[in-house]
Amino acid sequence: MTEATLKADPKGVLTGVHFIDGDHAACEGALAAGCRFVAGYPITPSTEIVERFAARIPKVGGVFIQMEDELAASIAIQGGVWAGHKVMNVTSGPGLSLMMEHLGYAAMTETPCVWVDVQRGGPSTGLPTLPAQADMMQVKWGSHGDYEIIALSPNSPQECFDLMIKAFNLSEEYRCPVFLMMDEVVGHMTERVNIPPADQIEITDRKWTKKKPGEYKAYATTSDDLVPEMVKAGDGYRIHVTGLTHDERGYPAMDVPNQAKLIPRLLNKIRNNTEQLLDVRMDGCDDADVIVMSFGITSRVATAAIEAARAKGLKVGNLRLIICWPFPVKLIQQLAEKVKAFVVPELNMGQMVLEVRRAVEGKVKVISIPHPGGTVHEPETILEQIIEAAR
Amino acid sequence: MNTEIRFSGFGGQGIIRCALITGKALSLYDDKFATMTQAFGPEARGSACSAQLVVSDEKVLYPYITAPAVLMALSQEAYEKYHGEVIEGGTLIVDADLVKTREEHPGRTLWKVPATRFAEELGNRMFTNLVALGFFAAVTGVVSDAAMKQALPGLVPDRFLKINIKAFEKGYMHGLEVTKLDTAEVPAA
Repeated sequence: MTEATLKADPKGVLTGVHFIDGDHAACEGALAAGCRFVAGYPITPSTEIVERFAARIPKVGGVFIQMEDELAASIAIQGGVWAGHKVMNVTSGPGLSLMMEHLGYAAMTETPCVWVDVQRGGPSTGLPTLPAQADMMQVKWGSHGDYEIIALSPNSPQECFDLMIKAFNLSEEYRCPVFLMMDEVVGHMTERVNIPPADQIEITDRKWTKKKPGEYKAYATTSDDLVPEMVKAGDGYRIHVTGLTHDERGYPAMDVPNQAKLIPRLLNKIRNNTEQLLDVRMDGCDDADVIVMSFGITSRVATAAIEAARAKGLKVGNLRLIICWPFPVKLIQQLAEKVKAFVVPELNMGQMVLEVRRAVEGKVKVISIPHPGGTVHEPETILEQIIEAAR
Repeated sequence: MNTEIRFSGFGGQGIIRCALITGKALSLYDDKFATMTQAFGPEARGSACSAQLVVSDEKVLYPYITAPAVLMALSQEAYEKYHGEVIEGGTLIVDADLVKTREEHPGRTLWKVPATRFAEELGNRMFTNLVALGFFAAVTGVVSDAAMKQALPGLVPDRFLKINIKAFEKGYMHGLEVTKLDTAEVPAA
């Protein structure tokens, strides 16, 4: 990889120990990561993120604009990227549904940006103030055409800060939309958050080209590195950015050969790096009979259930996804060789469990613990299914 | 072992602030883990107001409260709504002038603190929550008074910091006095 690693700009880093909620911590993570432009159309339960950003950004040095709707918000941020800024798009399910066209645009134009989805109960306007994890498939498949994104799932305000920085860094490294998949509980729960000094926060710089105008092609890549170099408007480069299928110069080239070259590259720049993009927490998985796979707020409740199951003498592994997309297929396949069953609690009616089933190909039992959302699972519900799975 | 606390009252009494101050004191200065949640939905509209705190020596896994050991109720409505959920051995703290307690609470300790009256004596009833918090810290021992005072800057306006500390101390001293008088009623746990 050729991107430069920098230290965070101290202006955006609120170093110290705080007692703040996940939304506020996410905002501080974005500021620490170098986000200096947000165009927002606020929606519960994500509102506090942009509210804080709007209050903080004049002092840090940047811009917040309240837009007229979600379409405008999700495309204005991409203009900000091509003007050279790091940007974030903040919303919840109903807003995200309206933004799907521009998700595809960001993927197609390889515009590095972070999308925050503070998930609430759906579909439609659903449960504005209550949690769900039911947008997991939407972010992966919601826009039309073939594309890849990266998605991270924090389970505490501290992780809203930490993973926000990681999300920004990954978006620069891979030049794709990166999602921070929060939920209403994590967004609104208040806990201790430690923000380190700026010189301890590593920031991935944009992959700026060193080529001169005239030599530079906006979408030229090599077989070793599928991520093109970038420029910004106003630096003397003539660039063309389009959602149409384009050639190496970025010009529309709507034909079979260019489609056949572009689309596999957009997918493979992520798919070829699934090992580097593996980020999970594993505890007790080596000799487990049953593995509980979870993410986000559910991983905390699942941990309570796992501890209770272990107290009963059961061998239960705890597998928590930090990066949910790309899904860790190989890891699940390796674990499937050793365990009797997977148990998958999630605050939806069974989404990521489909990925587990797809990976294990029927070799072991996969038990879904769905939940329509509005609250979290009771640990006892998960415990019952662990006991059932261990039989 | 978790200790679950519910702060409740009506909007404007500084109920959410009570939970923020206590949570900050515990997790930043008392070396505990504290997770605070509050209702955001339709149930949070109107007069009732509640904030919840789960306190533990380890990381809190389940974010909501299910069996509160301490209830602070600064309004009649809050008392009516929540007094039944306090666990055996638990503690109820109500405002002596604003809440009429209708019944005995067998197995629980009931404290009545004239928080609003004390705050008015200090010059403004907006300090009611700090008087109640001082009393809460003294009678429950869940959080240290030093940590609570340390937590105040940033959570109360700078120009009111001194008077808020004074309000906290008033409640705290009153709490120490009544527990000395009434040791038999202090729960063992």
